[in-house]
Amino acid sequence: MDMKQPFEKVVAQHGPTVLRVCRALLRVHDADDAWSETFLSAMRAYPDLPETANVEAWLVTIARRKAIDIHRAAKRYPLTLHALPEAPTDLGVPGGGGADLWDAVQDLSDKQRRAITYRYLAGMSHAEIAEILGGSVAAARRAAADGLRNLRKNYPGAHAKGASS
Amino acid sequence: MSDIRPDDSDLSPLSAPIAPETLARLHARLERDADAAGLVDVAYTTIDSPVGRLLLAATRKGLVRVAYANEDHDRVLETLAQKISPRVLHAPGRLDAAVREIDEYFGRRRRAFDLPLDLSLSHGFRQIVQTHLPEIAYGQTRTYREVAELVGNPRAVRAVGTACATNPLPVVVPCHRVLRTDGTLGGYIGGLDAKTTLLNLEAAA
Repeated sequence: MDMKQPFEKVVAQHGPTVLRVCRALLRVHDADDAWSETFLSAMRAYPDLPETANVEAWLVTIARRKAIDIHRAAKRYPLTLHALPEAPTDLGVPGGGGADLWDAVQDLSDKQRRAITYRYLAGMSHAEIAEILGGSVAAARRAAADGLRNLRKNYPGAHAKGASS
Repeated sequence: MSDIRPDDSDLSPLSAPIAPETLARLHARLERDADAAGLVDVAYTTIDSPVGRLLLAATRKGLVRVAYANEDHDRVLETLAQKISPRVLHAPGRLDAAVREIDEYFGRRRRAFDLPLDLSLSHGFRQIVQTHLPEIAYGQTRTYREVAELVGNPRAVRAVGTACATNPLPVVVPCHRVLRTDGTLGGYIGGLDAKTTLLNLEAAA
């Protein structure tokens, strides 16, 4: 009999990926909020999730919605915008080595940032990305490629071949 | 999705490991939020004990499962997800009282457990037997036959054996105090070493 994993397994397995997605879409503090709300919502809906569902894609979709909610809330209360740090932060990727890259990702256009995030953090196909971005598969592919090229331009360190994940 | 997982290491910092403390902090927050929202159908934790690592799981009703390491804790959690609810979360807070009482028991400072129990994993005769097992006092033993008489069904000796073998709450519901009529140990869910350890612990007190 096919059966559903304990939710704890879902958190352990996908928690880091969801946090990376949240961090690419939001500032670090907001990313924590988005992560928490994503898993709270997911836990609520989990019993009704079809057993054949792609859990990671499901979580990424929830995380994206939460990130959008947080962006919208920030627009409604523009004061919070003043609180956003302009200076580079040592929060983010441990070791600090990736912090500049996070800034570079934040500087991408909205569409490119999302395409990069879904492609390289969530491992989604261009077709899946197109479904979320709304648009053609070719456009999604282009956004990811353009985003990557801009990243390489703005973040020369991205050329360094690190240990593959 | 494995075929589309990028192998482009240019972006490796994006998939850099996230500090375990960060995930621990977020997990703790999830435990609090999910509990406050009434979403934790099964909370669990694990503890070290003289009989090895024990998994303790509780519903909102009470302690629902104690499992020995030899039962494979991952498998036990999967079964709980299947039989009770997939909303299973590592949330030690709900197990605080159980952990304390089990610690006291192994420290010989406690002879009886005073914990709300959820016997919903057992049904019918097995549940009746398990309900009566705490009547066997600390340090004492009964035979399967005596327990069958205790629950008012003296012919159900084998069924009592099955009820003991499927006890979802070993240690707390003292099936280890039930022995064969000839005085030998009989089986035990945590293995005979664990049964001996518990009986020696209680005999020495």
